[in-house]
Amino acid sequence: MNKDKVLQLLEENARYSYEEMGVMLGIPADEVEKIVAQLEKEGIIRGYKVIVDRDKLKENVVSAIIELKVTPKRDLGFDEIAEKITQYPEVEDLYLMSGGYDLALLISCETFKDIAMFVAQRLATLDSVLSTATHFVLCRYKEKGLDVHFSQTDERRNVWY
Amino acid sequence: MDYSKILSDRVQEIKPSGIRKYFDIANSMEDVIALGVGEPDFKTPWIVRAAAIDTLEKGKTSYTSNSGLELLRKAIAHYLSSKFGVEYDPEKEVVVTVGGSEGIDICIRALLNPGDEVLIVEPCYVAYAPIIELTGGKVVPIPTKAENHFRLTPEELRAHITDKTKLLILPYPNNPTGGVMRREHLEAIAEVLRDTDIMVLSDEIYAELTYNGRHVSFAAIPGMKERTILVNGFSKAFSMTGWRLGYACGPAPVIAQMTKIHQFAIMCAPTTSQHAAVEALRRCEENIQSMVQEYDRRRRYIVDGFNKLGLDCFEPEGAFYIFPSIQSTGMTSDEFCEKLLYSKRVAVVPGTAFGASGEGFVRVSYSYSIKHIQEALRRIGEFLQELRG
Repeated sequence: MNKDKVLQLLEENARYSYEEMGVMLGIPADEVEKIVAQLEKEGIIRGYKVIVDRDKLKENVVSAIIELKVTPKRDLGFDEIAEKITQYPEVEDLYLMSGGYDLALLISCETFKDIAMFVAQRLATLDSVLSTATHFVLCRYKEKGLDVHFSQTDERRNVWY
Repeated sequence: MDYSKILSDRVQEIKPSGIRKYFDIANSMEDVIALGVGEPDFKTPWIVRAAAIDTLEKGKTSYTSNSGLELLRKAIAHYLSSKFGVEYDPEKEVVVTVGGSEGIDICIRALLNPGDEVLIVEPCYVAYAPIIELTGGKVVPIPTKAENHFRLTPEELRAHITDKTKLLILPYPNNPTGGVMRREHLEAIAEVLRDTDIMVLSDEIYAELTYNGRHVSFAAIPGMKERTILVNGFSKAFSMTGWRLGYACGPAPVIAQMTKIHQFAIMCAPTTSQHAAVEALRRCEENIQSMVQEYDRRRRYIVDGFNKLGLDCFEPEGAFYIFPSIQSTGMTSDEFCEKLLYSKRVAVVPGTAFGASGEGFVRVSYSYSIKHIQEALRRIGEFLQELRG
């Protein structure tokens, strides 16, 4: 149960210290540390990353969601091609989907052309890929549960009772 | 024209709220970290807003019955029964009001004759005294103490009762102190009242925001229901402050008179809000629980933070306020708040705004994100460091 609470806090903000989490949950800091270590050991926590508002950075970033239709391999299903695609550092997310296509991936590169090249040279050429459809991201509104576009203002200025 | 001669004496004698000053200064400053507000930072749950939109689309915009939609009164009765074990007849013992505030107003007006004494437990919410004074009643404050976690003790109560005492206002969980009264504390109060005709206005607007255990309604204490007017509402529990919706429950003869005032002054509570409230009562238990969990984390965090800064703070178990002592700084509450605001742009409210017994304390709201609270604690830490020089 404390495990769930610690995870919930970390998912909210992975930078809370053990002590801060301990205070918020009413358990000792070293207990929190033990729980986190255990979660890491079990592979439940796979890593910690930062959520960046890329639009605020000077450098160019273009992202696209790419749909792939592929032929599954006997015995291996979709895992074989998924493993290959996972290796590309440009690929941020990769999912096997139900519905009209098989794999969905989110990739980010510097230019539109880079993405086009990636699709043409790296993806379309894979043996089992039947077709691709590339959808460019025009604007990011929300990422990992965080509003990364609109700045929320506190409108509560009127009553202090 | 000399309006001071025209305006009602009673109205002019009411002192303006002590909070206003800080509030105006804070709102005129840039980059202020406010810890002042008395309302949730969560938005009203979407399903509640959606339900309201739906009734607007269907054009359900006429008045409701004076005492409120029957469906809502039934939902309120069901909620109070299942949550707090108090039973009210939705036909005769429930009136839906414009916020808990109106419930307080019409309860006091329905009960008081000029000269009647009303016991108010201080520090407390700022609206009781002015309404009592407008009604010609006499305010009798009962100061409570930090060492008792600002609970009302039976001795304190007994010491203030006279043969003119008509009403006791019992505001727990308490704004501004965050104090709560557990069952045993309420039972001790009930013992004092049992053989009297003193009525009790139990302002339980923060009932859902009770930590380390469940809220106990004063009306649930054996023998107390017949003398209790229970006031509650949707503002705090459901994050619905702007909807202005609350309710009062009590003995039918009292509610009938309260409804009479309500009928002539208000007609009925806002219809759209009433429809939204039905949805809130039916489907928002999970939302309440997740908000309470979040408040609880912030509560632990901020209490720990203030204690580490050397501003002693008992563990408040209700509402979303802490009430730390600033006596170690040697300043009055007023001085502390003003200096903190000007030098570090952090706004808190002096305890004296909630009654004279609030001197030496400040009210700090934790109805803000952890990030916001972290920054406030950092600035207050700097402020204290510079003071201690």
